[in-house]
Amino acid sequence: MSAISVRGLRKSYGAVEAVRGIDFEVAAGEVFGLLGPNGAGKTTTVEILEGYRQRDAGEVRVLGFDPGRAERAFRERIGVVLQETELWPQLSVREIHRMFAGYYQRPRDVDEVVDLVGLGEKRDAQVKTLSGGQKRRLDLGIALVGDPELVFLDEPTTGFDPAARRNAWELVRSLRGLGKTVLLTTHYLDEAQQLADRVAVIVAGEIVRLGKPSELIAGTRTQIRYLVGGDEVVVETDEPTRTLHALTAQALADGVELEGLEVRRATLEDIYLDLVAEHGS
Amino acid sequence: MTLFWHQLKSEQLVFWRSREAAIFVFLFPPLLFVLLASVFGDGTRDGVPASTYLVAGLIAYAAANTALGGLAITLVIRREYGMLKRLRSTPLPAPLYLAAVLISNLSVVVLQSFVVVALGLGLFDAQLPENWFSFMLALGLGAASFAGLGLAITAVVRSGEAIAAVVNVIVLPMSFLSGSFGPADALPGALEAVRDVLPLRYLIDLVLGAYVDGDAVWERPTAIAVLAAWGAGGYLVARARFGWEPRER
Repeated sequence: MSAISVRGLRKSYGAVEAVRGIDFEVAAGEVFGLLGPNGAGKTTTVEILEGYRQRDAGEVRVLGFDPGRAERAFRERIGVVLQETELWPQLSVREIHRMFAGYYQRPRDVDEVVDLVGLGEKRDAQVKTLSGGQKRRLDLGIALVGDPELVFLDEPTTGFDPAARRNAWELVRSLRGLGKTVLLTTHYLDEAQQLADRVAVIVAGEIVRLGKPSELIAGTRTQIRYLVGGDEVVVETDEPTRTLHALTAQALADGVELEGLEVRRATLEDIYLDLVAEHGS
Repeated sequence: MTLFWHQLKSEQLVFWRSREAAIFVFLFPPLLFVLLASVFGDGTRDGVPASTYLVAGLIAYAAANTALGGLAITLVIRREYGMLKRLRSTPLPAPLYLAAVLISNLSVVVLQSFVVVALGLGLFDAQLPENWFSFMLALGLGAASFAGLGLAITAVVRSGEAIAAVVNVIVLPMSFLSGSFGPADALPGALEAVRDVLPLRYLIDLVLGAYVDGDAVWERPTAIAVLAAWGAGGYLVARARFGWEPRER
C-alpha cells in the first residue's frame, strides 16, 4: 500500500496558484524527494499532506487518512520537521524530548532517540546553548520520539555548512534503515540525488519530471566538446562511441589536435536547470 | 487526564526554568500590594479594614492579568516562534494544551494570592475571606472569562513584540478604573460609564462580596452575566480568528 497518494492536488492563495494539479505516490519505506526552486510549491504540498493546510481540489491519502481532517490517530503516526522553528529555549535536550514523548501512545525511549540524532553528549544542555545544526537535530529528534511511520522533512539542510549537511544526510539514511517512509523537500539537487529513491521535480506548481535519479539522467544525449581556433564546438549524440571515433579519425587524418576534448553525459544538474528554465515563468 | 498532568508539569518546568521572568512575574502583585497598602491601607471602610479591600482587589487583578495577559503573551510569543505550529503536528489536543497553559499560569496566581493574604494579615491587619468557597469560585469564574478575552487578543495581535504593550494598555487602566488598586468611587461620569462596561469591575464585585461580606457568588447574577458575556464574546472571536502559525514570518 502507498504511504502517500496524491491525485490532482490544487491549492491557490488568492489569485496565485501555488500547486496546479499534481499527482504522485510514495511507497511505504521509500525516501521520496520533492525537488524544486524556492517558491515552486514544495512547502505548500508538504503542509497539505501534514494537515496544516486545506487543499482546494484533489484526492490525498496519507497512511490511509485524509490529512485535511487532522485526526489524532493520524498525528500519532507522522513526524514533522518544519523549516523554521524555535524550540523552548529554557528546556534541556532531554526534557524537550520527554515533553514531546508524552504526547504519543507508544513513544520511543527518550535517551535512545537523543543518541540516534547524535545529541548524546548534549542531553542535559539547554536548547538555547545549541548550535544551528544541533537545533535541527533536536528538531528531528522530537519528530522521531513518537516512533512515526512517516517523516516529513522540509528543507532539512538549508543554511548548513558542508560538514553539517553530510551529518544530516547520514541521519536521513539512518531513517531509511529504520524502515521509515520519508518525504523530503529540498532545493539542493545533490541532496535529492544522494538521499531519495525517487525524485519529483516541481516547478511553478507542477511536477515536470518524476523518477529515480538515474532515470532522470537516462535518455539524455552525450555531449562532445572541443575547441577549434579557440571557439568551443559542442556535438550532441546518442551514439557517443561512433561519433567520437569518426571525429578523432578525421582529426588524425587531417593531422590536427582536438584541443580541450571532453566527453560528458548531462548531469542531473544540467537537466534540472533546463527544466527550471523551460517551465519557470 | 494523564496527558493534561504531563503538559501542566511541562508548563511549570518552562515557567520556573526562566528564573528571572518567573521571579518578577511572581513578585509583582505582592509588591504592588505592599506599596498600595502602605499608602491607602489605613483606616476602615464600612467597618472593614481598608487593607482588606486591597487584598481582594489585588488578587482579582492578578487573576485577570494572568488569565488575560499572561495567557496572551505566552501564546503569541510561542506562535511567532513556531512552537504552536510544531505542537499542532503532534497528537496533543488543542483544548487540552490551552487549558494546561492557562491552569499552569493560574496556579502561580494561587501562590501569589496566599502571599498577598499573608502579607495583608501580617502587616496591614486585613481580614481573611469570609466565604472561602465563593471567593475561590469567583476567581475561577473570572479566570475563565478573562481567558476567553486572552484568547481573543492572541487571535488579533500579530506581533510578539507588541503583545506585552497591548496587554498592559488593556489591563492596567481597567484595573485602576475598576478599583483593584484602591477605591474608584469618585470617577468622572464618562470614566464611570467605561468602568461599568468592562468586566473587571464585576469580578471585583464578586470577589469583594465573598471576601468581605461572605456572600455567595450567585447572589450577584448581573455580575456573573456580564463576565459570562465578555468571556463568551472572547471565545467566539478566538474561534473565528485563532491561528497556530506565525503571522509575521
